[in-house]
Amino acid sequence: MAEVVWGLATSHVPSIGAAMDRGKTEDPNWKALFDGYAPARAWLAEHRPDVAVVVYNDHANGIDLDVVPTFAIGTAEHYPVADEGFGRRPVPDVVGDADLSLHLLESLVDEGFDLTVFQELDVDHGLTVPLSVWTPDPGEAWPCPVVPLLVNVIQYPQPTAARCYALGQALGRAIRSYPEDQKVALLGTGGMSHQLAGARAGFINPEFDAMWMEAIETDPARLAALSREELIRQAGSEGIELIMWLIMRGAMDERITKVHSSYFVPASNTAAGIALFDNRAPQPA
Amino acid sequence: MSTDTPAGSRFDLPGTPVFDGQTSRRGLRMNKMFMSLRSEANRTRFLADEAGYCREFGLTPEQERAVLDRDWQAMIDLGGSIFYVYKLAVMDGRSMQYLGGVFTGMTEEEFVAAMRAGGRRDTGGRRDG
Ligand SMILES: [Fe+2]
Repeated sequence: MAEVVWGLATSHVPSIGAAMDRGKTEDPNWKALFDGYAPARAWLAEHRPDVAVVVYNDHANGIDLDVVPTFAIGTAEHYPVADEGFGRRPVPDVVGDADLSLHLLESLVDEGFDLTVFQELDVDHGLTVPLSVWTPDPGEAWPCPVVPLLVNVIQYPQPTAARCYALGQALGRAIRSYPEDQKVALLGTGGMSHQLAGARAGFINPEFDAMWMEAIETDPARLAALSREELIRQAGSEGIELIMWLIMRGAMDERITKVHSSYFVPASNTAAGIALFDNRAPQPA
Repeated sequence: MSTDTPAGSRFDLPGTPVFDGQTSRRGLRMNKMFMSLRSEANRTRFLADEAGYCREFGLTPEQERAVLDRDWQAMIDLGGSIFYVYKLAVMDGRSMQYLGGVFTGMTEEEFVAAMRAGGRRDTGGRRDG
């Protein structure tokens, strides 16, 4: 049977990808961010999964506003990297795992999560930047096939944090019921606090981010209880996308082990966070 | 009820536009136009005749004016989603920090400096740290 092996929560800010694509990772404005990734990357290089589920949102690249799915899943064998308007990122296209996608879809629908299905999907920075955070030099191909799980976080009403957490729990059951012996990794993307428009643009809330970083490991139910209004107030109008971390967390065990975390301000207009968790319970020292 | 509720009024959160369903209804034609600018061919056509291109997409006269004037705040107020408006900014060679400066009454340099100093800590639209 399949099992969840690790979960990586990370910001997916486009400028993080651009800094890598343009060789600016040693630039003084970026070095501390990438130094903060190093321990996670080293651990991840030793723990390669068979497949990864990436929870992300599109930003006007693969999906237009004429259809806004609250939750959706890709079921393709192949996901082209989107041209977001300035040429596509110089990274590999994404290979899918249609069999796993269809299994997850069926299990989740049976549990009452009526996902929209994408048979074709161009994936944008929301998905490719987290893959780059994990694997800075993918060469010809990313480390494993990917199942995209999409969440509407840009048009109100976003799904509630509680619903995201519940979806994650159902996702965990769906993964564990997959009959193949597969090691499955999870990526929860977005955040941390930020706001792009309005007089409050540039808003960063490090106290909230620190609380979130701690509670995502030890008390996710507390985060799942936050209302949309409270999330927008505390994390900013775009920081609400942190709800996607709860889908990753919900699919993991109750007790997990933190491998590494790091926090950095600013990645362009955003507070950037990374948190890597081993799905195995802490081992007694 | 209205489709012209000012952005940000959904919650008592001054300075925080919430891109909700009514906003998205107002902005749909304009946002679709912004999304089309991802392709080089469309950017070329837009630049050759901005007003004509806006009309092709069915923008309101106010939206068309905001686009032609590069009035970024007005685009948001008239239903633009920041992720869609950003497509036009990118075409113009503008950054998200430039837009942040416009929305907050700062230059791009000032806005970048505020971010590098840890971000803006104001709550409720007031600067308090
Ligand atoms: Fe996002």
